[in-house]
Amino acid sequence: MCLAIPGKIVEIDPAQAHLGTVEVAGVRRKVDLGLIQEESPAAGDWVLIHVGFAMTKISERDALEQMRLLSMLGEAEQAMEEVRGYSLLDPAPPH
Amino acid sequence: MKYVDEFRDPELISKAAEEIRRLADPGRHYRIMEVCGGHTHAIYRFGLKDILPANIDLIHGPGCPVCVLPMGRIDDGLSVARDPSVIFTAFGDMMRVPGAHGSPLEHKARGTDVRIVYSPADALQLARKNPGRHVMFFAIGFETTAPSTALTLIRARSEGLTNFSVFCNHVTIVPAIRAILDSPDMRLDAFIGPGHVSTVIGCRPYEWIARSEGKPVVTSGFEPLDLLQSIVMLLRQLRAGEARVENQYKRVVPWEGNRAALKAMAEVFELRPYFEWRGLGFISQSALKLRDQYAEWDAERRFPIPGARITDPKAAQCGEVLKGVLKPAQCKLFGNECTPEHPIGALMVSTEGSCAAHYQYEHRKNLVSVA
Ligand code: SF4
Repeated sequence: MCLAIPGKIVEIDPAQAHLGTVEVAGVRRKVDLGLIQEESPAAGDWVLIHVGFAMTKISERDALEQMRLLSMLGEAEQAMEEVRGYSLLDPAPPH
Repeated sequence: MKYVDEFRDPELISKAAEEIRRLADPGRHYRIMEVCGGHTHAIYRFGLKDILPANIDLIHGPGCPVCVLPMGRIDDGLSVARDPSVIFTAFGDMMRVPGAHGSPLEHKARGTDVRIVYSPADALQLARKNPGRHVMFFAIGFETTAPSTALTLIRARSEGLTNFSVFCNHVTIVPAIRAILDSPDMRLDAFIGPGHVSTVIGCRPYEWIARSEGKPVVTSGFEPLDLLQSIVMLLRQLRAGEARVENQYKRVVPWEGNRAALKAMAEVFELRPYFEWRGLGFISQSALKLRDQYAEWDAERRFPIPGARITDPKAAQCGEVLKGVLKPAQCKLFGNECTPEHPIGALMVSTEGSCAAHYQYEHRKNLVSVA
């Protein structure tokens, strides 16, 4: 839970800019980009994801290293299970 | 140096190890605490102990959120889920942690609606999909997870979604470091500062450790080279008689932290006057609770909570191990009564707990070499 997962933003939700589709090792899920709004996230950026929220932008090189680190720690499986588990679909609009 | 071959830069690793040997005064014994559980796991996995000279001791700190949660909080959280309209949600790490009446997973087996979520946002999503039920999120973690819980609550409030609440167990790392430094049986020379917690809080909150306690702090990444470089930086300071906060993990940790994350936390949370830490006792201003504006989403205010206080089994020495006074294998239960398959204390449950890490990488190794 404490080690962050690297992913690449492939799309920002056109209706809700705080949601983005992120790809992690081929798996695509929606994550919340609300905590990196000041870094102006855009498609193509690499981010570190923690419990479904992007925490910071990182370089592509560091993203690949982080993935490698997770596999060396034996946590890559667990990280992918986490990513696959993110169930954030398009939420109901605020009322 | 058994793992060196698989390291990314074996040559740089050897150089850093060489530099550590050069800087370490052979007449001195160094005690360096790595605060973060992720670092503890990495240190064991990479066998860094075997790379370091014998007079450098790495002491495992309190930075494993599952490990420091007192057992009574688990029972309190689960008591809410006795109401059949409630769905109890928590991260997978929590599921096997024993409360006095069993772990969340055991409650699930007995029919309680307990579900694993991977994000607080998923718990909120579950509430959106189940308007007839109440979804409670059992929140744990340091400043790495607290901003995500905060933002989730901000979203719940702005949507007016009231069938959702948070049972908040978020803790803050700095008061725990203070408690350890104040503890009379503890002598430490320097700190390896947390990596991902620091992406949120930055480096400033550690400055008092250098200034008033005279101990160097280096926030560090998680790769073997990161950790060795951080130890080099700490030894350089110790050798020069200096105490500063330095940032080895600049590629991820901004000195000022993440402003948006700090803002979300400040909007939703305030400090509790005190909070109990497993093994460390009550520490003042060391945990977060929801502000009054969020009372409607606060499980502790919405539901009657028994306030269970359960002492750990007598022979368990989780507290001493958490403070770094004892090594995991020095606990009387280690490897006999307490194993990852049958954990007695939480330090044996999470992969970031020092007992589980020691068991997985050191104890098994010894068993194999004996066999
Ligand atoms: S071996 Fe078990 S009981 Fe002993 S300190 Fe570790 S987790 Fe606690």
